[in-house]
Amino acid sequence: MLSDKDVQHIATLARIKLTSQEEEKFKKDLSSILDYIETLKRVDTERVAPLYQITGLENALRPDEPRPSFTMDEKLDRLLIGQAPDVRGHFVKVKPVLRK
Amino acid sequence: MADIGHTIESAREGIAAGSFSAREIFDEYRKKIEEKKDLNAYLSTFKFAEHGGGDLAGVPCAIKDNMLIEGEIATAGSKILENYVSAYNATAVKRLKEAGVSFLGKTNMDEFAMGSSTENSAFGMVKNPLDISRVPGGSSGGSAAAVAADLCVFALGSDTGGSIRQPAAFCGVVGLKPTYGRVSRHGLIAMASSLDQIGPITKTVADAASIMNVIAGHDIFDSTTVSQEVLDFTRNLEKDIKGLRVGVPKEFFGGGLNKEVSAKVLASIELLREAGATIHEISLPHTEYALAVYYIVMPSEVSANLARFDGIRYGHSSQKGEALLDTYLASRAEGFGAEPKRRIMLGTYALSSGYYDAYYLKAQKVRALIKKDFDEAFSPSADGVDVIVGPTAPTVAFKAGEKSEDPLAMYLSDIYTVPVNLAGLPAISIPCGMGSESNLPVGFQIIGKLFDEGTVLQVAANLERALT
Repeated sequence: MLSDKDVQHIATLARIKLTSQEEEKFKKDLSSILDYIETLKRVDTERVAPLYQITGLENALRPDEPRPSFTMDEKLDRLLIGQAPDVRGHFVKVKPVLRK
Repeated sequence: MADIGHTIESAREGIAAGSFSAREIFDEYRKKIEEKKDLNAYLSTFKFAEHGGGDLAGVPCAIKDNMLIEGEIATAGSKILENYVSAYNATAVKRLKEAGVSFLGKTNMDEFAMGSSTENSAFGMVKNPLDISRVPGGSSGGSAAAVAADLCVFALGSDTGGSIRQPAAFCGVVGLKPTYGRVSRHGLIAMASSLDQIGPITKTVADAASIMNVIAGHDIFDSTTVSQEVLDFTRNLEKDIKGLRVGVPKEFFGGGLNKEVSAKVLASIELLREAGATIHEISLPHTEYALAVYYIVMPSEVSANLARFDGIRYGHSSQKGEALLDTYLASRAEGFGAEPKRRIMLGTYALSSGYYDAYYLKAQKVRALIKKDFDEAFSPSADGVDVIVGPTAPTVAFKAGEKSEDPLAMYLSDIYTVPVNLAGLPAISIPCGMGSESNLPVGFQIIGKLFDEGTVLQVAANLERALT
């Protein structure tokens, strides 16, 4: 069973502010899912290598040649930068990183 | 089967013969979508656009709302992307466009493709067109419902743990999840990158094969797409299945399987036998661990993929607080629904310092064992089978609200589809009749070897013929 402190710690790492009701609910939900996941402990994996790429690809390399990317025009500008909530010219404005 | 409306073939023929124009069939579908608004299958609809020729010229289709169409909104079923406008086309969308399709609109889905009932959409649940008190399955519930109600000729869905096949089963249509790496994921809003695949939801097996011919293949924008030659997916459809070896895993017929589903699936296996296939009982001993592996691997990847929704560059941005951290905390709190929050939290925990070995590493090891089970079943040197068959889901479509309060019960509806994603294999769900008690469609799943969609489609086409 996760503790209140565990849930708060995970929420901080995940950058989600939870209400106290959500904390309660997720403590219960996550604990029951984690209990279910415990069944994996029964599997002997002593000599098993973990699997990371299912079709066996390792590196997908391409020749190191320059190729055209895309040119910024007004439309792309609007779609890529213009959707930020606060834009100054070509820059996205954010709130201060450090608190006053 | 009831009138299914247009297939790709009939739409194509109708346009070629001049029975209707691309514009007329488009307008007809738009009208139907209006009439069936109550299903909530679509989140947005488009105006008719002129297009060039191509194999699918004028065929009206729908796209799940987690794929990008340039200049159009892509919500992924989430409030956090409610106003997000796509800057480019997903590769699968681009290829359909080049083939000449008409896009009718974007379909409803569980938020960020997280769910098995489409009840997790931030824009309201989708109703199953065959019984509106029931769910259409998920997460591609909008796409499956749209195809089943003939609100499009075909649709694209995405499948991470069953999200194409399970809704196809619940709505009585065909859904194909290709081999991992077969279809580019470029422009698909990522959920779990080692599992996600785009695939077709259609009315017939032949239609699924035709769509694969358009969307499959290597893409420089997705390094996990394979560069091997893509053969014509329709090439085996007319071939019989005499002597083909069909495996039936005993683990797929255990406790949780509903009786009427089991009866229909077993009857379909008999049809395959009558068509000349040989039936072999096989064992996939690690099946019982697949869901536990999935609920570590998937949320871990989710927690990383959804970190980008931070309220800074696009999407919902909270104005609360004074510092940058407040923007993150509040934007994500306000923008995400319960299921994404739950999975982000679970993944964050599994990957957090001190827990990685016990959860993520352990899961990837058991995942290797699950893949090995399939490898052995398919191994030619050990008299292996050509395809593996069984139910798509343990039940027919369930009632709305029945499982929405119990995440684990909901997760169990993907028990036969999840192992396939973990092993990267191609699999199709095709309707195999109506359950004797519920009178609702039952899905039959056919799983193939890596990159062997050809044989999967061959068996599916044979069963489809035997059933009609």
